[in-house]
Amino acid sequence: MSDVPTRGPETAGSEPLLKLSGLEQVFDTGKGEVPAVGGVDLEVRPGKVLCLVGESGCGKTTTARAAAGLTKPTGGTVAFRGKDVSRMSSAERLAYRRAVQFIHQDPYAALNPTRTVFSTLTAGLRRHKQVRSKAEAREKAGELLRLVDLTPPESYLDSYPHQLSGGQRQRVNVARSLAMNPELLICDESTSMLDVSIRVSLLNTLGKLRDELDVGFLFITHDLAVAKYFAWDGEIAVMYLGKVVEHGPTPEVIGNPQHPYTKALIGAVCEPDPDLARANRAASELRSADIPSLTALPSGCAFHPRCPAYEPGLCDDAEPPLIRFGGRPAAPGAAGGRRLACHVVSRDHGRSPSDDPAESALGSGSPRGAAWSA
Amino acid sequence: MLESAAVSTADTAAAPAPEARQSALGQIWTGLTRSPAGFIGSLLVLAIVLFSFVGPLLIDQHNPTDVSKIWLSPSAEHWLGTQYEGKDTFKILVNSGAEPIWVGALAAVMAVFVAVTLGSIAGYFRGRIDSILLQLTDVTVTIPQFLLMLAVVAFFENIPPWGIALVVGSTMWAFLFRSIRAQVMSLKEREFVEAARLQDLGAARIVFREILPNMAGFIFVNFVIAVNQAIYAIVGLYVLGLMPSGTPNWGLMIHISWRDNFYLNPTTLPYVIAPLVMIVLFTIGLVTMGRGLDQALNPRLRER
Repeated sequence: MSDVPTRGPETAGSEPLLKLSGLEQVFDTGKGEVPAVGGVDLEVRPGKVLCLVGESGCGKTTTARAAAGLTKPTGGTVAFRGKDVSRMSSAERLAYRRAVQFIHQDPYAALNPTRTVFSTLTAGLRRHKQVRSKAEAREKAGELLRLVDLTPPESYLDSYPHQLSGGQRQRVNVARSLAMNPELLICDESTSMLDVSIRVSLLNTLGKLRDELDVGFLFITHDLAVAKYFAWDGEIAVMYLGKVVEHGPTPEVIGNPQHPYTKALIGAVCEPDPDLARANRAASELRSADIPSLTALPSGCAFHPRCPAYEPGLCDDAEPPLIRFGGRPAAPGAAGGRRLACHVVSRDHGRSPSDDPAESALGSGSPRGAAWSA
Repeated sequence: MLESAAVSTADTAAAPAPEARQSALGQIWTGLTRSPAGFIGSLLVLAIVLFSFVGPLLIDQHNPTDVSKIWLSPSAEHWLGTQYEGKDTFKILVNSGAEPIWVGALAAVMAVFVAVTLGSIAGYFRGRIDSILLQLTDVTVTIPQFLLMLAVVAFFENIPPWGIALVVGSTMWAFLFRSIRAQVMSLKEREFVEAARLQDLGAARIVFREILPNMAGFIFVNFVIAVNQAIYAIVGLYVLGLMPSGTPNWGLMIHISWRDNFYLNPTTLPYVIAPLVMIVLFTIGLVTMGRGLDQALNPRLRER
């Protein structure tokens, strides 16, 4: 995109692009109410990455869809540039709709099979009268394809989606969202259906957009390796059963996980070194592999039935709030440094602040892991 | 991301073979010619349409009543023999196709247009308008089509052909409405529709440019079926002798043969078999052409 829109002076990172406050989404199903997301507070800043990780069904996608305005949250607010999305005027809503783009997980389903790449890419441009002639539209579509490293564009413009590979299709999806000059891209597992080699190259392309166009990212993934690779300069929020249980700068969360659930996730990443692998496994052995049902959440900390650090009487009694963790000041630009929702780790950390927090958490273990910040 | 330039070409290296850009007509043509059955079907339809619309211009329209030539067998002079007034059967056959075909096509166009428009609106927007339209089709499908046609035709004497088309079309739209609505409801949940909504393309564009093209084959096949049904209905009305016997018509030919007890007189057979053969060939042609069109309009099938 040659004409990156001029953005406000607040791009410096002072004001969050997107702010989720107490976001709740309850689905009313025939079998009762399912609280898919129960109170999530997160922020994304321009040019920064916030990675949302967690296992299937933990509410990552629901959070992302609410943030993109695809669903209306049942509680809490989504604010874009400080404005509550539900209270926007129609003009503001239009601007938000274009500034926040969503990239789907499935590159096969997200492209209309009856339209060519050119037609898909320029539908929005033509609709919003941003191009005047067909030649200009082709020119613009070519630019978009070059941005996502599909070159030469001429060999792709007249292709139908079924003629492209998965990676190429996902690049077309990204290019389409860039046509709207977005300020925030919400990627919902956008790389999970691609081959590993292609995944890295797409991540590199996305990273280029982040660095060059100052696009903010809300990046949803279940793959910690992807999160680590893509969000190293950003933040990670770990979700469990609809709540954020740990949140902080990526290097700290990956390198020094505090919540037992985060530790379990990291322990589950394949480790080629057998000694390390054994140590990881020992440190993160869960008591149960069953994920509780959202309709019957465990009392207290929702993670306690599986948690290796579980302490009866403490963990199954009250929900641990998502509170600031550690004495260190927040990382520059980050919302509030690290946050953690675990009774046990917080208590032990308070007791022995000089200790390495990771050690103490492991030693005394009965965290109640779910983030009940609502 | 230093090595990004090197890695990012990994999945872009295999660019698809540049495909010659085809016009829409060209695509339909290749689609039709790809499947031999579809091609033959199209030729059949084209032949009968030409026979019925261009044929009357080419033949000598002078076809006098001649009492000395009643019910002659086929001969070089009279290819299909003569009918009860001594008129040439072949000339009558040439003149008989136009009305059923254009009335049937008009009825089908009306039915498909109404069904597609209302079905898309109901399926995409749901809500109140959907329930109202659904109730309306509930009522419509419970009315026996042919009885309604009989009643209308009996009530309005000398009903013009376009009036027949209107009556036939208005009884045919409800079923198609339901299938279109169901398909739109399923397609609108697909991710590419959501992506179009994120691009703020507007409801009309999403319905007509994103969703409906995915059903083009289905709509065309249904259009073809509707033409067929409408022709049956119109011919049926003529066969029953409920329509004014002005213009020559396949149905009228069958009606007259029936009235004159063709089953007792083998020489009258060409007069009843000829229109039947035309109807059957036209039906077969339409159905096979519909299959070919389905392929022509689906980019995925088009490739093979």
